[in-house]
Amino acid sequence: MSGRGASGAKPAAVALPLSRPSLTRGPSSPAEGGEKADAPQRIWPDALLAAHLLATDPHGFGGAVVRAGPGPVRERWLDGLRATLPPGTPWRRLPPGIGDDSLLGGLDLAATLAAGRPVARAGLLAETDGGLIVVPMAERLPPGIAARLASALDTGTASERRARFGLVLLDEGEGDETVAEALADRVAFRIDLSGVGIAHCDAPAVAAVNTEVGNPEADPLGTLCRLAEALGIASLRGPILAARVARALAADGPIGTDAITAAARLVLAPRATRLPAPEEAPPEEAEAPPPPSEEDGPTDQATDPAPADAAEDRVLEAVRAAIPANLLDQLLAGGVRLSTAKAGRVGQPAAARTGRPIGSRRGDPRRGRLDLLATLRAAAPWQALRRAEGETRPIVVRRDDLRIRILRQRTETTTVFCVDASGSAALERLAEAKGAVELLLAEAYVRRDRVALVAFRGAGAELVLPPTRSLTRAKRGLSGLPGGGGTPLAAGIDAALTVALGVRRGGSRPVIVLLTDGRANVARSGEGGRARAGQEALQAARALRTAGVPALVIDTGARGEGARSVADAMAARYLVLPRADAGLLSAAVRAAL
Amino acid sequence: MPTFPFSAIVAQDEMRQALLIAAVDPSIGGVLVFGDRGTGKSTAIRALAALLPPMRAVVGCPYNCDPDSPAESCPHCASLPGARRKSEKKPVPVVDLPLGATEDRVVGTLDLERALGAGVKAFEPGLLARANRGFLYIDEVNLLEDHLVDLLLDVAASGVNTVEREGLSLRHPAKFVLVGSGNPEEGELRPQLLDRFGLACEVATPQDIATRIAVVRARDAYERDPEGFCAARAGDETAIRKKILLARERLPHLNVPDSALERAAQLCLALGTDGLRGELTLMRTARALAALDGAEAVTDDHIRRVAPAALRHRLRRNPLDESGSTARVERALADVFS
Repeated sequence: MSGRGASGAKPAAVALPLSRPSLTRGPSSPAEGGEKADAPQRIWPDALLAAHLLATDPHGFGGAVVRAGPGPVRERWLDGLRATLPPGTPWRRLPPGIGDDSLLGGLDLAATLAAGRPVARAGLLAETDGGLIVVPMAERLPPGIAARLASALDTGTASERRARFGLVLLDEGEGDETVAEALADRVAFRIDLSGVGIAHCDAPAVAAVNTEVGNPEADPLGTLCRLAEALGIASLRGPILAARVARALAADGPIGTDAITAAARLVLAPRATRLPAPEEAPPEEAEAPPPPSEEDGPTDQATDPAPADAAEDRVLEAVRAAIPANLLDQLLAGGVRLSTAKAGRVGQPAAARTGRPIGSRRGDPRRGRLDLLATLRAAAPWQALRRAEGETRPIVVRRDDLRIRILRQRTETTTVFCVDASGSAALERLAEAKGAVELLLAEAYVRRDRVALVAFRGAGAELVLPPTRSLTRAKRGLSGLPGGGGTPLAAGIDAALTVALGVRRGGSRPVIVLLTDGRANVARSGEGGRARAGQEALQAARALRTAGVPALVIDTGARGEGARSVADAMAARYLVLPRADAGLLSAAVRAAL
Repeated sequence: MPTFPFSAIVAQDEMRQALLIAAVDPSIGGVLVFGDRGTGKSTAIRALAALLPPMRAVVGCPYNCDPDSPAESCPHCASLPGARRKSEKKPVPVVDLPLGATEDRVVGTLDLERALGAGVKAFEPGLLARANRGFLYIDEVNLLEDHLVDLLLDVAASGVNTVEREGLSLRHPAKFVLVGSGNPEEGELRPQLLDRFGLACEVATPQDIATRIAVVRARDAYERDPEGFCAARAGDETAIRKKILLARERLPHLNVPDSALERAAQLCLALGTDGLRGELTLMRTARALAALDGAEAVTDDHIRRVAPAALRHRLRRNPLDESGSTARVERALADVFS
C-alpha cells in the first residue's frame, strides 16, 4: 500500500460544517448496548463522516464497502460522497464483466482502425487516477478482477501507469454473500446502510469531529493495536488503516482521544470478530465451535492489560457501541461466521455465451464475442500483400481473419451434505460424515469441486461448513461439531435447500446428500411431535424436488421406513448404509453422483 | 514513493529467511508463502526487489541474458558474437503475474505494431520473458486458472518457454524464482504446483501486542515520511545486500558433509516424502543458509532450521490426520535429532 494520495489535500481540513457538535460517543454514553448501535440515526452520520474522509484521500483510505440494497439511501450517500470530492475528481463505474484491456489499458479499437496501427489507451484504473471507482454488485466480482483491483491498490499503478484510486464497493449481497476479503481488507471503511431508511438521512447533512477537544493520546498507535486485538481483528491492515484515519482526523497534529475513538468506530468496529468485554462473552462458548475467523487467543487476554488506562476503556466502550448488532447474535448462537474467508468463488451464472475466455477461433462475430486482438493478429501478416492488390484502407480485415472467443463455462459441482446429528448414534455417524467430506475434498482437486455441510439436531439446523474446496477450512469447521438431541428433519432439508439454491445462484451445480434414519420428531417450530415433524419433513422434501436439486438419501437407520418415504418425496436416489464408514460413504457418493 | 524497505519488516522471520535463501540460490525453486491476510506477504516480496543487487545483462536482450554466458536458447544473443555483446546494469526483475492474465501476456505473442506497420513477423515477449533471471510473483496463487498453472509448470520445469502460436515458433530462456502467496482458506493449491516450490512458509498475524504495535508503528512512520524512513534504513539495506552477495560467492565452495546428507535422508524417510526432491531441496537450502551465516560447512543446525520450510508441503496428504504438516515435520525433527 502506498500511503496517502499525493493530492496534497489536508485530510484534517475536512471542511465539515459544524452542524453537530461532536460525533464521538465518549464517556457520556457508556451504557449503550450492542443492539442500540445499529440505530439508523447513528449509522448515517458515521457513514457521512467516512464519505468525507474518503473524499479527501481516496487512495490513502483505499475506499469503502457499502452494504445496502439499491435505493434512495445508497444514492444519497453516493451523492454526498461525490459532492464532497474536489471538482474534476474522476468518478467512474466499473462495468460488470469488464475485460482486461478496458480495465488495465489496451488497444483502442476506433483509433487503431483509423490510424492503421495499434493505438494504446489507458485503462479504467489509470483514467481514475486520483478519484473513485464505484463497483456495483461487488459481492459478485470475479476473483480475477478483484485480484487486479487489489494489486493496483497496493502498488498505485496499473500496467505501469499511475493509478492511485479508491474503491466504493457496493455490496448488495444477501445472507452469506460478501465482498471478496482480499478487497474488503484493503479498504478502510465498511458501512452498512441496509437498516437505514430515507427518513434517517434528513439528519443535518454533515457530521463533524471536533479535533480541538480531547487530550492528546500518549500512545495512539498502541491504543489502536490493543483495540484491534480486543476485537479479534487478525489482519494488521485494520489498525494501520485506523491509524491513517486517526491522523487525518487529527489534522496531522497530536492525536486526541476523540480522533482515536472515531477512527476505531469507523475502521475497527465493523471488522470485529468478537466482543471486547469478557462478561459479554456467551456463557456456553466452551461447547460451541469457536468462530473460525478468529485466532485462538483467549478473549480476556487483551481486555485486561495492566497498563490500560481509563481513557482506553472509554474508547473501547464507545467502539463496542458501534459493533454491528448481528455480531452479538452470531456469537451468542455460537454459529459460524460466514462473512469471512469464502472459498474462491469462480463460478459465474450459467447462461449462454458466458464464461471465461480460454482462447479464440475462427468464426462469425454475430455468433460469439469478437476477439479483436486475435483478429488483427490473423490479418496482420497479410497486410503488405493485400495493399499490393490495390487496397487503400489502412488495415484490410477479411472475413477469414475474424476470430471469436472460445468461452468455457465452469461446471463444478458442490456437494451439500445434510447430516442428521441427533440421537445417540449421532457421534459415529457424524464422524463418518466428516471423514467422507474430507476424503471427497482431498480427491476434488482436479475437478475443482466444492463441499458444504449442514448438520441438524435439537431444535434446528446449522450450516457447519459453507461451500468450500479448502481442506484446511473443512477440518476447522468440522472439528468439535456437537451431536445429540431431537431430529428436526424438515429444518435440515430446508437449510440444505437454501445452501443448494445459493450454490446454484453462484453458477455451480448443487447436489444434496442427506444422511438420516428418517425418524423426524422435531417440527420446524422446534416443538416435538412425531406426526407433525414427519409431515413437515415430507413437505420439505417435496420442495426440494420442485426446486429440481438432485439428491441422494443415505439411510443410516437399521429398519428404514422414514428415510425411504423422504427419498421418494424428493425423487432422490436411495441407499441403505447402516454402518457406512468414511471410505464407503465417499465411494457411495462418488458412484451415485 | 520508495518501496517499504525489507529491513523494516517486523517479525515474520521464516518468510524473510526463505526469501533471502531464494535470492542466494535461485535453483532452490522458489518460495510459497501461505497465510492470513494483512501479514505483510506482498510487502516483503515487493521489498525484496528493491533490495537485490543489480545484475549485468546484455544490452537490448529482452530476456536479460548474462553477457558472459547467454542462455543457449536466447534468440537474441545467439545471433551476436561474444565481442559484440554490450552489457549494462539492470535491477533484478520482479514481475507480477496477475490472476486471470491471458495466455498472450504470459507467454508472449505476435508483435502487432510491427506486424501491422512493417509487415514483419516479430515476437513480443511476455511476462515469462521479462521474469528471466529474476522473480515471478503470483499473489493468490491458489486461485490461479488451471490453464496458466499448466503453462507455468512446464516452463518452471524446463527453464525454457516454447512459443508455438500465430505462426511464431521460437524458444527463449525463462528461468525465474517463482514466488507465490495465498490464503489456504480460499482454496487448495494443485499438488503438482505445490511440489514445484522449493520452500513453503506459513505466516500468521503476530499474536503479541508489542509486535503488532511495532508493525503498525513502522508502517505509520513510513507513510508519514517515506523518503526519510527509507534513508534511515539505507545502512541496514546495504548490509543485507552485502550479505546476499557474499553468500552467493561462498555458495560454490561450501561443503555439505556426509553426515548432513544422512540427516536429510533420514528426515525425508521419516516423513515419507515422495521422490528425491525433498532431500535435494533440503540440502541446497541448508547450504544457502550456511552461506548466509558465513559458516564453514553445513551443520545439523542449518538442516534443522530449514527443514520445516523445505519439507512441509511435500508430505503425503492424509486427510484424516488432524495435525498440521508443520507439526509432523517438527515431530520428525525431534525423532531424527534426538
